[in-house]
Order: sequence, then structure tokens, then C-alpha cells
Amino acid sequence: MVALVKNSQNLEVWKVLESVKDPEIDTVSIVDLGMVEKVEVEAEQIKVTLLPTFLGCPALEIIRTNTKNAVMGLSGSKNVEVEFIFSPPWTSDRVTENGQKGLKEFGIAAPPRHLEEDGSWHVDCPYCDSTYVTMENIFGPTACRSILYCKSCKTPFEAMKPVSTIM
Amino acid sequence: MSNVERMMSAEEKKAIEALIFQLADDDFLFSYRGSEWLGLAPHIEEDVASSSITQDSMGHAAMYYKLLEDLGVGKADDLAHLRPAQERKNSVLTERVNGDGYYMDTPQYDWAYTVVRSYFYTQAKRAKINSLRESSYEPLREIAVKVSMELYYHVMHWKLWFEQLLSSTEEAKSKMASAIELVVEDMGDLFSYGEQKESIERFDLIDSEEKIQNNWLEALRPTFEKLQLDLPTIPEPKLNGRNGQHTDELQTAIDTLSEVYRLDTATNW
Repeated sequence: MVALVKNSQNLEVWKVLESVKDPEIDTVSIVDLGMVEKVEVEAEQIKVTLLPTFLGCPALEIIRTNTKNAVMGLSGSKNVEVEFIFSPPWTSDRVTENGQKGLKEFGIAAPPRHLEEDGSWHVDCPYCDSTYVTMENIFGPTACRSILYCKSCKTPFEAMKPVSTIM
Repeated sequence: MSNVERMMSAEEKKAIEALIFQLADDDFLFSYRGSEWLGLAPHIEEDVASSSITQDSMGHAAMYYKLLEDLGVGKADDLAHLRPAQERKNSVLTERVNGDGYYMDTPQYDWAYTVVRSYFYTQAKRAKINSLRESSYEPLREIAVKVSMELYYHVMHWKLWFEQLLSSTEEAKSKMASAIELVVEDMGDLFSYGEQKESIERFDLIDSEEKIQNNWLEALRPTFEKLQLDLPTIPEPKLNGRNGQHTDELQTAIDTLSEVYRLDTATNW
């Protein structure tokens, strides 16, 4: 799970990171998505370490810039560094409860919390909560999403793909 | 990322670099060929799916090039775009064109060939990534965990296409049979580590060529048995891409893919 090591020094930074939204989904922040691995504050230096959801995600550079700008806005910030690392790997269970709510609000089903033994998974429709849904395409408009269809309310919707280290 | 500061001998460093170049160049050319399908795949859902896979794979290549940058070999973008064909270490299979024609003109690409190449390549990548999880080189172990999660979906996708087309019409089956023949012909160097074989294996960076190839065959076996096909026999390589031997198709690919980057190598693209 997420290593949310917060203390009085970096609390302010964590707070401002909640204002850094996913560039395409303005109802969730990078904190909600579990992308923030570490915040280190030293005298004149603030370092934010982030985890990419998918390695080829083209939004990473935008997220880096937005994160940097947000932290620079804090009083007394001098040197801000934003680094992406891939170990530990981002996994979909890092999405917080707040993140799940924000995704649903946007019309995206949160990643399933449980995978069946055969690797299959299920999500409900984010609009009407029906369980009567079908998978249209496991690959979606971005690397981290799939396209589904709700047969109850007849609405296409997206779901965040589950990714786990057992895969 | 670059948290491994332990001392390594010049020989070990050379072996590590050689292996990462092979992994990087394989994924780079494979995803370049994949990107040429954009807008041309058999249907719109496939266009979304295969371009997503291509994007992931390009991300894997970028990460390997970054690893080489961390090792002081050169700038990642330069390594991807500016190296001449004879310095490339990708397998010949990954450089092959998708079929006749050119996407800016009248492409007559071969979907059966792409399905077979992608399935065989992705399953081979799976065998390598599984082995890299135990690599003696920590950054490769870490990469393997991350790539593995994305690869899970890629293998599933290409296997589905492979099985579906081979369970389809006579025409589809015959196109797939020709594609398998073409792909296998170029696979001689896919499991090769080239001139660096001895040191790559001695430093336990990855399992032996033979073991990886065998694991690949075992992964294919259930699918082939279900389809009542004989498992392929990999020939000796005519050209070994690991030693910089390539076809002209690689040069054309490099000219095209690096055209924009060469306009201004100092710009942040």
C-alpha cells in the first residue's frame, strides 16, 4: 500500500499536491490516484517522487510540470525537483477511497479491488451501479483504461484497468 | 532508479549494456512497426487496442534507453534516434516491414503477419521478462516487475487474435500458415545474445538463450495443441541483429522514425 509518510514539514506539500489533478480527469488528484510515493523537504530543497501508472503514458511530462508549478507556489520553496521512479511499481490498489469517488463522478469505474483466481475481474456501471455490464475493449483511450458498456442504462463507460504485481 | 552504486568490473558493465541495448532496440523497432498500423487496423476497437500496446512498448523502450543513459552511455533520445543501422542490436524480426506499400501512400499491410509476429514476439518478451525478475542487475529486476504488469494484457490480446484467426475460415488459416512461416524464418536471432552470449549468461543477467527459447516454446504449447499445430522449429540465424547484421528495412525505418528528431536534436520534443 501507499507509503504516506507525512510529517509537519512536508504536510503543506502533500496538501498542495491534492490540487494537482489528472490532466484528463479533473475530479481526481495525483494523491487520489496513489501516484505520490514520497515527499522530501530539506532546507532549500523539496523533492517529490512520483510513480507512473503506465510507462508509456504521454501525460507524465504534463504531470511533472503541473506538480513542479504547484509546489513552487508554496511560500519559501526554492528548489523543487520532481522525479518519476518505477520501483515500487504503481498498482491499481493505490487509488484511494477519495480517488474511487472522484473517478466515479467522472464516469469511470474505479479499478476492481479483487481479481478472480483466473485473473478475471468485474466492475459495476459508474452511472447506475448496475452489475449488468459487458467488456467492449480491454484497451481504452488511454493505457490505464478499458471500455465497457452498461446493458441496464445503455451507456458506454470506462473503467480503470486493474494492475497488480501478480500479473 | 540509479540506486545501484556497487562496483562492477568493466567486463560486467559491458555485458549489462549489451543486454539492455538488445532489449531496448527490440521494443523500439517492434513498437515503431506497430505505430505504422495506426488508423489502418482491421476495425476501430483494434486500432485503439494495438496503438495502446504500441504506446506501452515504446514506454518500455524509453525506459531501457534511460537506463543506458544512467550508465553513462549517452542521451536516451540520441540512442533511440541517432545510432546507425549497423550499431542496432534488435532482432531482424522486429525490423521487418508490415507488408507491401507505405502508410503515407497505399499500404497493403498484412494483418496475419502482424498477429503472428506480435504474438511470438510478445510471448518471447514474456519469457525474458520472467527471467529478468531474477537478474543479478537490480535495475533490470525492477523494470521487469513493472513491464510484467503491462505485458499481461499484451499477451492476452495477441493470443486471442492468433487463436481466433486460426479457428476461422480456410482463407484465414492459409494466410496465418504463410505468416507463421515468414515469422519463424526471422526468429533465429530473437533468442540470441550475439557475441556477448558468454558474458551475459556468466554474470547471471538473464537465463541462457536455450532456457528462454524453451520457456517460450512451453508457453506456446497449449495454444498450439488446442489448434492442432506443430510447434515451430527456430532456424539458425542468417543475419544476427545482435551483432549489428540487418536488412535494408531497418535503415528505411530509422530514416523515417528519426526524421523529425534530426531537424533539431537540441529541442525538447
